[in-house]
Amino acid sequence: MSAPAHKPPLSEVIAPGHTLTSVSEKITKIVLTRATPRGWYIGFGIAFLLVMVLLVSITKLLVSGIGVWGVNVPVGWGLAIINFVWWIGIGHAGTLISAILLLFRQQWRTSINRFAEAMTLFAVACAGIFPLLHVGRPWLAYWLVPYPNTMSLWPQFRSPLLWDVFAVSTYATVSALFWYVGLIPDLAALRDRAKSKPWKILYGIGAMGWRGAARHWERYETAYLLLAGLATPLVISVHTVVSLDFAVSVIPGWHATIFPPYFVAGAIYSGFAMVLTLAIPLRKIYGLQDFITLHHLQNMAKIVLATGMIVVYGYTMEAFFAWYSANPYEQAMLANRAFGYYGWTYWCLLGCNALTPQFLWFKKVRSNVVALFVIALIVNVGMWLERFVIVVTSLSHDYLPSSWDTYTPTKWDWGLYVGTFGLFLALLFLFIRFLPMISIFEMRTLVPSGVAEAAEKDEEHA
Amino acid sequence: MNAEPSLAQPPPTVDSSAEFAAIRARLQTRNGDEFWRELEALAGEPGFQDVLQREFPSQAPRFVPDVQRRDFLRLMGASLGVMGLAACTRQPDEKILPFARSPEYLIPGKPLYFATALTLGGCAQGLLVESHMGRPTKIEGNPDHPSSLGATDALAQAAILSLYDPDRSHSCLRAGQIGTWNAFTTELAGRLEALAARQGEGLAVLHAGEASPFLSAQLGRLVARFPKLRSYRWTPLHRDQERAGAELAFGRDVAVRYRFDKARVVLALDADFLAAGPGAVRYARDFAGGRMGRSYAAGMNRLYAVESTYSVTGAMADERLSLRPSELEGFARALAKELGLAVEAPALDARRARFARAAAKDLSQNVGAGVVLAGSGADPVVHALAHLVNERLRNAGSTVEYSVPLEVTSEPAAEGIRRLVEDTRAHRIDTLVILSGNPVYDAPAELDFAAALAGVPFRVHLAAQVNETSALCHWHVPEAHFLESWSDARAHDGTASIVQPLIAPLYEAGGVKSAHELVALLASEAGTSAYQLLRAQWQAASGKSGEEFEAFWRAALNDGVIAGTTFPALDVKPRADLDLGAPKAPENGLASGLELVLRADASAFDGRFANNAWLQELPRPITRLTWENAALLAPATATRLGLEPGDVVTLAAGGKSVRAPVWSVPGHAEDTLTLHLGYGRKLAGKLGTGLGFDAYALRTGVAPWRVGGVKLTKTGERAALATVQKQPDQEQRNLARVATFERFKAEGKLAFAGKHDSPFDQLAPPSLYPGFPYEGYAWGMVIDLNACLGCNACMVACQSENNIPVVGKDQILNGREMHWIRVDRYFEPSVTGSTETIVHQPVPCMHCENAPCETVCPVGATVHSDEGLNEMVYNRCVGTRYCSNNCPYKVRRFNFFPYADFETESLKMQRNPDVTVRSRGVMEKCTYCVQRISQARIQAKKEERAIREGEIVSACQAVCPTQAITFGDINDQASAISKLRGEPHHYGLLAELGTRPRTTYLGKLRNPNPELAENA
Repeated sequence: MSAPAHKPPLSEVIAPGHTLTSVSEKITKIVLTRATPRGWYIGFGIAFLLVMVLLVSITKLLVSGIGVWGVNVPVGWGLAIINFVWWIGIGHAGTLISAILLLFRQQWRTSINRFAEAMTLFAVACAGIFPLLHVGRPWLAYWLVPYPNTMSLWPQFRSPLLWDVFAVSTYATVSALFWYVGLIPDLAALRDRAKSKPWKILYGIGAMGWRGAARHWERYETAYLLLAGLATPLVISVHTVVSLDFAVSVIPGWHATIFPPYFVAGAIYSGFAMVLTLAIPLRKIYGLQDFITLHHLQNMAKIVLATGMIVVYGYTMEAFFAWYSANPYEQAMLANRAFGYYGWTYWCLLGCNALTPQFLWFKKVRSNVVALFVIALIVNVGMWLERFVIVVTSLSHDYLPSSWDTYTPTKWDWGLYVGTFGLFLALLFLFIRFLPMISIFEMRTLVPSGVAEAAEKDEEHA
Repeated sequence: MNAEPSLAQPPPTVDSSAEFAAIRARLQTRNGDEFWRELEALAGEPGFQDVLQREFPSQAPRFVPDVQRRDFLRLMGASLGVMGLAACTRQPDEKILPFARSPEYLIPGKPLYFATALTLGGCAQGLLVESHMGRPTKIEGNPDHPSSLGATDALAQAAILSLYDPDRSHSCLRAGQIGTWNAFTTELAGRLEALAARQGEGLAVLHAGEASPFLSAQLGRLVARFPKLRSYRWTPLHRDQERAGAELAFGRDVAVRYRFDKARVVLALDADFLAAGPGAVRYARDFAGGRMGRSYAAGMNRLYAVESTYSVTGAMADERLSLRPSELEGFARALAKELGLAVEAPALDARRARFARAAAKDLSQNVGAGVVLAGSGADPVVHALAHLVNERLRNAGSTVEYSVPLEVTSEPAAEGIRRLVEDTRAHRIDTLVILSGNPVYDAPAELDFAAALAGVPFRVHLAAQVNETSALCHWHVPEAHFLESWSDARAHDGTASIVQPLIAPLYEAGGVKSAHELVALLASEAGTSAYQLLRAQWQAASGKSGEEFEAFWRAALNDGVIAGTTFPALDVKPRADLDLGAPKAPENGLASGLELVLRADASAFDGRFANNAWLQELPRPITRLTWENAALLAPATATRLGLEPGDVVTLAAGGKSVRAPVWSVPGHAEDTLTLHLGYGRKLAGKLGTGLGFDAYALRTGVAPWRVGGVKLTKTGERAALATVQKQPDQEQRNLARVATFERFKAEGKLAFAGKHDSPFDQLAPPSLYPGFPYEGYAWGMVIDLNACLGCNACMVACQSENNIPVVGKDQILNGREMHWIRVDRYFEPSVTGSTETIVHQPVPCMHCENAPCETVCPVGATVHSDEGLNEMVYNRCVGTRYCSNNCPYKVRRFNFFPYADFETESLKMQRNPDVTVRSRGVMEKCTYCVQRISQARIQAKKEERAIREGEIVSACQAVCPTQAITFGDINDQASAISKLRGEPHHYGLLAELGTRPRTTYLGKLRNPNPELAENA
């Protein structure tokens, strides 16, 4: 691989003094250590409890019906769709980091791509729950899938919801494959280092007979690049299609051509914010500051700032078009967003998404880990509010004033949302306990070549 | 042992206690392991099994010792063998017979229609009731009936649900315990014998005085048997004020009927003649006819409304004036004086004087073509003034006709109930038979009827359902529904109808009887059925016999009206010695307390429909509240009193008080509250009990309709009132379009132009895509806003026709009502300057040709038919609700829960078999009554012809009193709907979105008096 001119000095993406061995040691140690840290148990325990909340919420929903939520007419979609869009958005960073940054040869991605991809998968898993459950008869949701049947059922291909089915399922499949393919060499490393027989077998199965042969590496590189090429358009397409759920409709506040790029930017924005939210505590707890360096955090902060500015542009244009169109319904929509029943959500959203990232212009803020963490959290909240404003506020005031009404989420709405946090965190805890959260072999490529050679000699001696 | 006796086992005859004592003694000697071994030994002894079976006979089969495995297999094998043998045996012949001779006209799948009539508020609406295989399912108006002309009001539509009300009484009750009809007749017969010996001294009957010739005749015969019978009459929604007014003016009671079809100018003095009271459905039709001549060449009538509370009539008014109820007399006097009558009149303020002057001028310019009428709540003097004005303007005899009153008694209702209480207190009554109603709940508050009733030694109450009065009576006899009983009734003009049953009483075995049957029992006519008595009655009345009478009877039943029974017009003149005296001073406003207006509720009526779910969920006109009543007041008054809608207040008057939530209504009279009767029921079934507050508590016999000096105190509590429309106005969106008649004549369509009208304001904005060619039928609907009253009858008709479930108050609060057609009500800043005006807009599905709902459904559950219907395939719907989100009209309804009642047997009988009952998780909406379209199509195909114009009538269209809804084929250029679509004031709701709605509207016209214009 020839390094492009703008490639950052390697010392910034990996702390100096690391050898190939120390990299492998450090990362595999987290997985292969016998004693599970007590903190892990506590964290997983909380996550598990939240998963129970999820299961209870789902059971209640299936037994009683969609009516346990606060949705009504006119606000037919509520927290379920907001959460779906939010989780899908979060799931954008992983593939973006892995695929697009890989294609652009951004080597700094190496230390964050693995868990960002894992995060993507888990977020998509959480997201997938919502569209399935939000339908009135979830047991018939498979009717959205085109398959030959005797009921002469065939989906209606003009509906964006159907496009969602394809977009999200494709995205989930490719993301999973991409993640797994990337894991194979590391699974082999774990297999080789695992002490106990069962783990050796399990990791061995996962490694699919990887022996590190040159042919393996050659095929691996090809497959990984191809998958990256496949995944790249998906990063754009998934949220484009999700945005079309709204843009294709006639409802003021939904019907806007700016939605696809604006949604994609918003997704990357929230995705990176989520990576930051997770990476900052993880590197602290597992002492990975050497691998996830301040340089990484800064780069991510810059992406958050850039995409944040695109999102702000989106807000501005929405408002501008509402005014410029001279369309009374659009204008009323804008006025209602800002000053209506849900007006506070709009101002909070602007505060979270437009104002907060502006601090990232300052290098001092970008290099302050605590500040970054707080900003990332606020951005996550802001992006959730953005979806709330789009989904709920628009629906609550549409064309005929006679049908205007408000939506108040019930405890079952919240239960499902909180429950998916549990699912997300539980999966994440399992991931960091049983799989290498940082790509070992890719990190090894970052070790300066002199050190690498020396390390190889060490290994030969060992 | 106190288990239920087992039929299989004889009851224990041996004294088992001795046996048990022996066993106990035997066991007591053992300890530890021995004890348990002894138990085993005991169980094995043959004698013990006998003891056990005697003690626990119902458990006996379980004590049969286990069959051994080998025995079991042996038996099984043998059984199988025997079964094979049995197949060889020839079974004996037991012939069953098919329904070879089915009842006449009964074709499965084809409904039959029978004419009958429903009496409400003293007069009858003629009905045609749809019957499916013997089940009445839907009520329609009878086109031949003068009070209906094919339409009905909302109450009549919902009356069918009361038939199937699961809370109806299923049996007679003696002091709350189930009793039989035989036990009742036996107990009553004993008393009646004693009473007959005393010539009926002590026997009393309380009835509603409704206009049934049959009941009057029966009561007459009852007097023949019991000459000293006391007969009382009470109904809370009486016409005592009208009666007193007529007596004041003419010296005798007369019924007034109006010819609004001939009226050019109408002045309603607190009269809600379009929506309440006798003949309202007919009046609405006649009145609307004078406003919607399609070309408007004939001009347009003009309605002035002077009222305290915003009524349906007030919403239709071209000029409306709101004033406190105590000020109405002054206004009426001023108007009369303006018209040259010699009455004393107080000075009015400038605005009211101007209004009175303009109305008087308009009336005097339309001599013989005007109507001045006073409402049932207006004081007698106002009624008298209306009579005088009509006489003066020669309206009497032209647009106003008089006839003998419909009521069977000449005594005012308030007097009847007062006399009853007085006689009760004086112990003059020994046996009281209450033939209908619920006086414990609705009698004037000062009488304390419940206490008086308790003093009567023997009390019988006939009621459909156990209510407050039943609870205080010795015997409760379940009353037959009008669709279960024979009777007769009179229309508002006196035309008689036979009420024929469509079904035998559902709970016949429980002793369900009609009032006629109960009176027949009292009169010792019990051997003859009500049917025979009714026939005999009409045979006598018609003077016909034999074949001739049969023909008469068949015609009466078939037509639903009896020809030649209309009351002839009377020529009455005002008394010469008429002196209306000095005007009563109005209450002096807030200083002496608020004024209260009492009105019948549009849904609960006098309280009898409290348990009717359709009516409870039906938004009330004007307020759009459901499931309860509220104290209505003007926003300005609310502000002055520091009240927000939903605040609970205590209202005190005359020593009584009620707690009520307040609700503000723009255009309501200031310093005045309106309370609706019929709520706060303590015993009204599962739904009706405890809804709202009881306004009867403040209602006295002397002031039945308005109360002065009411003290209001805030309680600090809040109530959640379930309204289906939270936004009061249309935010200048020009959705329900209104223009003045003057401007419309001059400018045509442009008169309706709103602030935001889009350049694409045409039904089909330009499109890049070619439209779908609709060949053959293309169904469409036009709704004339100019005719729509906002009476909501269409909503109940739709609910009844389409099996629409009710959802309850909590779901309404959550915005989940299910009505397929709704009537939006928008308050508008006045175009005329009088008060806030109201425009009503019925909104069913628009059946858009470019339906936004269809493109977004991922499973193709909502699709377009080649006739232009937007169809909903329930079975295919998975419930994404995307269609509802994307519907600009929000007419789609979602089953968030399993709203339809799949459990209650009686409610299943009401369902229209042609319409699917929807389950949980499915979207639904207006279908244009596709089942009716299909029926017409099948019929047309059988007869090898095209569907005729007018052959398909949607449920909402059929019921509409003003014929505001027209349905038909827009491809047929000659159809009524095509003509309406060519009118200049025809428009599509939100057509600028390019949805190409098939349901379209005609703009509303108002005809204000130019002299009353703000700047005139």
